[in-house]
Amino acid sequence: MNVFSCRVVRSRPVADSIFVLRFRSPEIAATIRAGQFLNIRVGEGSEPLLRRPFSVYRVEGEELEIVFSVIGRGTTELAKKREGDLMDVLGPLGVPFVVSDRSYDTALLVAGGLGIAPLPILTRDLLKERKSIRTFVGARSKKHLVTDYLQDVHVATDDGSMGFHGTVVDMLRDNLARAQFARPKIFACGPTAMLRSLAEVARARNIACEVSLEGSMACGFGICQGCPVELTEGPTRYALMCKDGPTFDIRRIKI
Amino acid sequence: MTTTSYRLGSVEFKNRVLVASGTFGYGDEVADLVDLSQIGGIITKSLSLKPRDGNPPRRIIETASGMLNSIGLANIGVHRFIEEKLPFLRTVGTAVIANIAASSVDEYCSVLALLEEQKGVDGYEINVSCPNVREGGLNFGTSCPAVAEITRRLRPLTSKPLIVKLTPNVTHIAEFARAVESEGGDAVSVINTLIGMAVDINSRRPFLSTVTGGLSGPAIKPVALAKVYEVVKAVKIPVIGIGGIRTAQDALEFLVTGAAMVQVGTQNFVQPDCAVKIAAGIAEWCNERGVKDVGDIVGSLKADASVSILDSWL
Repeated sequence: MNVFSCRVVRSRPVADSIFVLRFRSPEIAATIRAGQFLNIRVGEGSEPLLRRPFSVYRVEGEELEIVFSVIGRGTTELAKKREGDLMDVLGPLGVPFVVSDRSYDTALLVAGGLGIAPLPILTRDLLKERKSIRTFVGARSKKHLVTDYLQDVHVATDDGSMGFHGTVVDMLRDNLARAQFARPKIFACGPTAMLRSLAEVARARNIACEVSLEGSMACGFGICQGCPVELTEGPTRYALMCKDGPTFDIRRIKI
Repeated sequence: MTTTSYRLGSVEFKNRVLVASGTFGYGDEVADLVDLSQIGGIITKSLSLKPRDGNPPRRIIETASGMLNSIGLANIGVHRFIEEKLPFLRTVGTAVIANIAASSVDEYCSVLALLEEQKGVDGYEINVSCPNVREGGLNFGTSCPAVAEITRRLRPLTSKPLIVKLTPNVTHIAEFARAVESEGGDAVSVINTLIGMAVDINSRRPFLSTVTGGLSGPAIKPVALAKVYEVVKAVKIPVIGIGGIRTAQDALEFLVTGAAMVQVGTQNFVQPDCAVKIAAGIAEWCNERGVKDVGDIVGSLKADASVSILDSWL
């Protein structure tokens, strides 16, 4: 973990008000693992004040990408970044997904909305471990879908404009009922409501499930204590999303 | 070169910039990012007798040029601090001030007494913005007799600097500073966070689980300066200015107003090395102007208003 001043390479739109921002950081690119995140200072001044946390979307050589939707003050600033701009990036932060684990053979990747953000790197790391991959992506509609750099993608949209008409968890439940996956483990990222219903599916079918949580935080490495996640059992009542997560075995947390 | 050090009782601070309690953990979390020895002093996260879980989520929300927090004094407790954190803090080469939080006067005394037996704690800052269990959860910090009592009870327990951190959520903060002074406190930190609130209009709910929380960051700097100004006029003991400092210029404003030292808080979350940069910026500013000792500018505020239009609003 360190603070790096990173040069923006380019910013490109990939879907409706969704952008991919590419920047150079040899240090982070060399060490980042699937599920870890960066805390980015979007501007120099005090408005907005705090850094904004983003999963790493892709790594290519010494360059990294994040994907974001313009939804607030931080992402509005981020969308203004252009080639050559310098950006203050703190990372890599957090605990990566447990990928090299012999207890499973098939990785079921489940994402809602921009929960796809950590999936391309996760796919990279899973392929290195020779796991088979099935990916389930849900979005509000076709124009909100981002499915690049993923393997064996199944799509669900809330409005039925593409793929399965319904939520990604409904689609997963459907698939689990119809198909047999060899020793599966779920890796998921998305809104809390989605993870909550996913937890039920995983529990009912007794499938291991690791999730990456989204949430607000200030520092990103444990000093502000601002991002508690309630644990199902000790040693303490809360863990911190930034330092102990953002990836958690879903059985460990109350969501 | 300008002299930057400052002595408060038994403690020699390398410079006048400290990191505020609750914004720097116990130092070890930040060691990879900052040369801790360059900071004037580290004020620890509040320590209570037993570990505290803190409040449920959501604990923080960003507001205009600031943030609200409702951490609820989450901390590992004084015993684990002594075992796990203090050995590291002894090695960092800067002053370590233990911040103490408690829900009874006896608890304040117990925590301080435990720390007093240890090497490596150079002084104490007392967080009085805590609910008093005996008074039905009423905040100690908003009762002048309670602040006086805490100071009176703690004073005989240590010869090290005893600093009381005052809340601005009172009518006359100067009275509280006078109470600390008359009970033998060595300094006051001015100010703790202001009570604030943020509302989500979509769900029509408060953002914080505790509804209200403590406002910090640049948004509160003008309030903090006014409170420092008020307290400096009321007491002879040193005032440590805190509230919204993010640059050397901000810190200099507090020093000129009369703060003997400053604390940097929320900006640590954004820029973990900001205290080092601010300390260097203060030294540079003084050096350029031939100021021999940073102390020479403390309280140098003139009575009449500035007529300069060359300020930052243009």
